Amino acid sequence: MDFLGGINPAVLIASLMVAAVPIMLAAIGELVVEKAGVLNLGVEGMMIMGAVVGFATAVETGSPFLGFAGGAVGAAALSLIFAFLTQVLLANQVATGLALTLFGLGLSSLIGQGYVGIKPPLTGKVPFGPLADIPVAGRILFSHDPVVYLSIAAIAAVWAVLKFSRLGLILRAVGENHDAAHALGYKVMRIRVLAIMFGGAMAGLGGAYISLIRVPQWTDGITAGAGWIALAIVVFASWKPWRVLIGAYLFGGITVLQLNLQAAGARIPVEYLSMSPYLITILVLVIMSADKNRAALNAPAALGRNFHASR
Amino acid sequence: MLVLEKRPSPSRFWQAATPVLAVVLTMIAGGMMFAILGKNPFEAIRTIFWDPLFGEFAWYFRGQLLVKAGPLVLIAVGLSLGFRAGIWNIGAEGQYIMGAIFGAAVGLAFYPADAWFIFPLMIVAGGFGGWLWAMIPAILRTKFRTNEILVSLLLVYVAQSILSSMALGAMRNPEGGGFPGSRNLSQYPSAANLEIIPGSGMHWGVVAAFIAVIAAYVLLQRHMLGFQIRLAGQAPRAARFAGVNPDKLVVLCMGISGGLAGLAGMFEVAGPAGQLSIDFASGYGFTAIIVAFLGRLNPIGILLAGLLMALTYVGGDNASTNLGLPSASIQAFQGMLLFFLLAVDLLSNYRIRLLTGRKI
Repeated sequence: MDFLGGINPAVLIASLMVAAVPIMLAAIGELVVEKAGVLNLGVEGMMIMGAVVGFATAVETGSPFLGFAGGAVGAAALSLIFAFLTQVLLANQVATGLALTLFGLGLSSLIGQGYVGIKPPLTGKVPFGPLADIPVAGRILFSHDPVVYLSIAAIAAVWAVLKFSRLGLILRAVGENHDAAHALGYKVMRIRVLAIMFGGAMAGLGGAYISLIRVPQWTDGITAGAGWIALAIVVFASWKPWRVLIGAYLFGGITVLQLNLQAAGARIPVEYLSMSPYLITILVLVIMSADKNRAALNAPAALGRNFHASR
Repeated sequence: MLVLEKRPSPSRFWQAATPVLAVVLTMIAGGMMFAILGKNPFEAIRTIFWDPLFGEFAWYFRGQLLVKAGPLVLIAVGLSLGFRAGIWNIGAEGQYIMGAIFGAAVGLAFYPADAWFIFPLMIVAGGFGGWLWAMIPAILRTKFRTNEILVSLLLVYVAQSILSSMALGAMRNPEGGGFPGSRNLSQYPSAANLEIIPGSGMHWGVVAAFIAVIAAYVLLQRHMLGFQIRLAGQAPRAARFAGVNPDKLVVLCMGISGGLAGLAGMFEVAGPAGQLSIDFASGYGFTAIIVAFLGRLNPIGILLAGLLMALTYVGGDNASTNLGLPSASIQAFQGMLLFFLLAVDLLSNYRIRLLTGRKI
């Protein structure tokens, strides 16, 4: 079963599932935010806050579970700044999102100073017992840490809530036409603030996954653009939850493949391999947006527009 | 109960006053942050904002001020044109890197020749490199409606990879003993971007920044293109009726901002930085976004904002050597400034009314 110079496909699939988790979590959170009509470009900043707070919490308490919880809370707290500025003070969403990223990058390296070079507590794998020993399928399906399964469950949950529940309907109404939703008596601001906090918590989980499991250690700028790729994946998915999963796995696959090629000593220079995920993300964005009808139809109509109830 | 009432047109007073208010609020919040870090907040603020200008070593710091402000102003002026028209070039950092690579490539190609035309040629190449890098998101947006925010930003990471490949490979100094990094351009007279008045920090990049400020001011006040940029930002529908071609505007605004960012990179690599190295990119492209907003997207405002932001860099260095203040705290401080700026901007667009008595 060997190809590509000794890369085992089962291992490849299993590791791409791990590589995809951070952007999948962040992207599904951002999808909910954008469905509510808010464009939060601060995903990168929230992810790195989640990474540093999660790491610090896990190191201090010795519990990776508390680490993930801390990462989610830390990033959600940061997203509250965005929520306050855009929803209460009606600031420009693009600029505020950028500010969130710049601030998050600075604050995270400030918090993380004492944590450089430390190993975080190990996150165990979900014990599936004999299932994990099944050849190929066991490696792919039953050999992961809990967060991998959580990320897939999150996609399913967001899909179900948006499609089948009343809450999902209200959320989409707010994102499509906030004036109509306001006229119907829904609290536009409150719903959006909650959506932003959900997005922050998910981005924080994704960030914590990078620093606690994927890398696992703390260095400045550890997210390396994952937040921006998550934003691109929401566009790629045309705001549909299951396509986020596909997009994240596609991206995870490219990341793992280029890392494996680097390790295998491929003849392409390392720098060109490591830029490939970004280039392919751009390519995918172009393909998605080139289809005029589809891209325009699926974007929430009120995306990026601020709501001010004049009466 | 407090309610917000939209002003018919933005308040002129608050438009001028909000940046000042934001700076004051940031100093207060920053002081609290420094206090949490266990430093005396008053001493920290004085070390950052006062000592570089009027302290004992001010003669050194004042020069550094222009060195830092030059690239910031140059990039921010370009960005402000696009931001006014609703065109978001977030990848100035990448264009800055590409400008430096192109500029350095020309300089290194002529090494060790001695000729007057090398430096001017490098300027052209630097601007071209930045312009070329900005054309990618611009053309993708006009041809395929791809979001220019994401593309320009993702290209920063690509540019960083190219930079490290250049510093480690094609442009590595053959006499550098195997160390990464190119030849030192500032020690190669025909390619060096030297100080015009020694000790003042006034190099050719600073001159270019002043020219850019004046040109942008004239463009916005007196030229048809400037009018179209302002119109497209304030009333996109009206702009379309007035015959403004949005695609042309995207290409022009992205091109100008990319070209200026490229110039900034080229002046940096030939002057203060000296060589192309892995850690050449220092985040000017991102800080310039804050400068553009702090200057209210106005060329003169950007000049002042650039000097202030340069002061936080210089003062931050000073505070980190003298007080042991972590250098990351300056980055957080700059981010905070943008937050406060966006928050108090409310005052120029809305009136805050205290609602008393009966409800209507």
